[in-house]
Amino acid sequence: MGKSTSLERNVKRAPGVYGWIDERLDLTAITEFACAKEVPEHKHSFWYYWGGISLFLFLTQLVSGVLLLLYFRPGADSYDSVRQITYDIDFGWLIRSAHSWSANLMVLAIFIHMFSVFFMKAYRKPREFGWWSGLVLAGLTLVFGFSGYLLPMDDLAFFATKVGLEIPRTIPVVGPFLVSLIQGGDSVSDVTIQRFFALHVVVLPLIFIGVLAFHLWLVQKHGNALPPDEELKPESERRSIPFFPNFFTKDLAMWLITLNVLAVLASLYPWQLGPQAEPASPAPDGIHPEWYFMSQFQVLKVFGKLMPGALGEAAGIIVFTVAGVMWTLIPLYDKDSARAVQARRATWFGLVVLGAFIALTIWGYADI
Amino acid sequence: MKKDSNKVKPEKADGPGGATMGRRGFVKAGIGAMSVCYVGAVAYPVYRYLAAPAKRAEETAKISQIALPMDKLPPAGTALTFMFGSRPALLIHLADGTKVCLDAVCTHLGCTVKFETDLQRIHCACHGGVYDARTGKNVSGPPPKPLKPYKVEFANGQINISRA
Repeated sequence: MGKSTSLERNVKRAPGVYGWIDERLDLTAITEFACAKEVPEHKHSFWYYWGGISLFLFLTQLVSGVLLLLYFRPGADSYDSVRQITYDIDFGWLIRSAHSWSANLMVLAIFIHMFSVFFMKAYRKPREFGWWSGLVLAGLTLVFGFSGYLLPMDDLAFFATKVGLEIPRTIPVVGPFLVSLIQGGDSVSDVTIQRFFALHVVVLPLIFIGVLAFHLWLVQKHGNALPPDEELKPESERRSIPFFPNFFTKDLAMWLITLNVLAVLASLYPWQLGPQAEPASPAPDGIHPEWYFMSQFQVLKVFGKLMPGALGEAAGIIVFTVAGVMWTLIPLYDKDSARAVQARRATWFGLVVLGAFIALTIWGYADI
Repeated sequence: MKKDSNKVKPEKADGPGGATMGRRGFVKAGIGAMSVCYVGAVAYPVYRYLAAPAKRAEETAKISQIALPMDKLPPAGTALTFMFGSRPALLIHLADGTKVCLDAVCTHLGCTVKFETDLQRIHCACHGGVYDARTGKNVSGPPPKPLKPYKVEFANGQINISRA
């Protein structure tokens, strides 16, 4: 909060309706602020756009999700209602396809954003909470993906959810109890759809929007982070551009490109609907999770082969947990980059995680 | 570089009707046209998606005739409410044996009206509108217009009801 707002400063205002509103809501202060804000420009600037792209895809999800809500009926009717949306309602296939594709693109954009933040060491003081709130948003996005995947209740959705729920089941002591609570009974059923639906359209969006507001407030508060090699340069050699209109226009251009990519994917590769889930029939051949769960799936599979039974599963889950905790706590133990030195150890850690993620995903697809 | 941009700047193209449009104007118009295309490309499918049920209802409402089985005919002095397409309608069997079919949507504010067997009249519970059961004429209360009549015919053991 500034000491004197432009309401008090007797600023000269535009005539007409805009001026009338401006006099009361002080829009001038917002534009003044946006024009004064600067965004650093350097050879890694491209990566600054990925948070905005993730945000745009989230907004697309909100709009297309509300549209799907108009015809979707959770519970016993869910398969039939998704069939109607896909085949009966005008352009229903496009809205559903856009929602599915945008979900996948959103996960991809968030991963790119996360890794670029990691490699630019943007998690350093004072931005630790930006890193943590971002990880919470990424986690929520994966839960969004998992819960939304069940809702059409075709055979893939049914078995993917069954397999996915096997992971929390391996938690010692409380696992089986937790899973029966999540799915509402001893198997995936209409009750599970109803629960996942409530989670997907009410609980997750509420939490997500709250955490997102915190995340964006922090970005605003701290500004864009400089990567270490840029920080080593003397002040006079650093360059920056005004947020408004320069960065804003580029941001908008990125959003348009994203919209074009989404439109092409959604219309040329429409999302399919499989046969209705039938608990008595066997799992379809080649069933596998969505690409963003593929690496975890593959780790479990490999450990399961090396160490048969519950031991392998436990070992796989321990590997994830340790990697996840190390990933989360990086701002606390990466002391090199805190001193504005290029932290090579952190970079190597990031490269190993990224490499393992990509390799395991490819391996997973090759192994189907 | 600088020389180049100086050369381009004053250049003006003659638009239709002798009006001139500078480079800035051209870019502005181009961006405007592109925005309209984008908004249209998003809004059109969304509109069609939203309008799909209304379109279907319109098709249902288009029917001009329906047939009811003979056993649906209510006993003398009573009435049957049924759906004519997407609108409720009243088939009234008056005490004297006359059969009348009327639209059952109140002309005041759209409530569904009811045939009162004791008074042999049509009454709307929402605001107390009353219609004559024989003609559909609005006789008291707020309704501004009479209820529209349908044509009733008996043939082949069926009750054929059609738009008058």
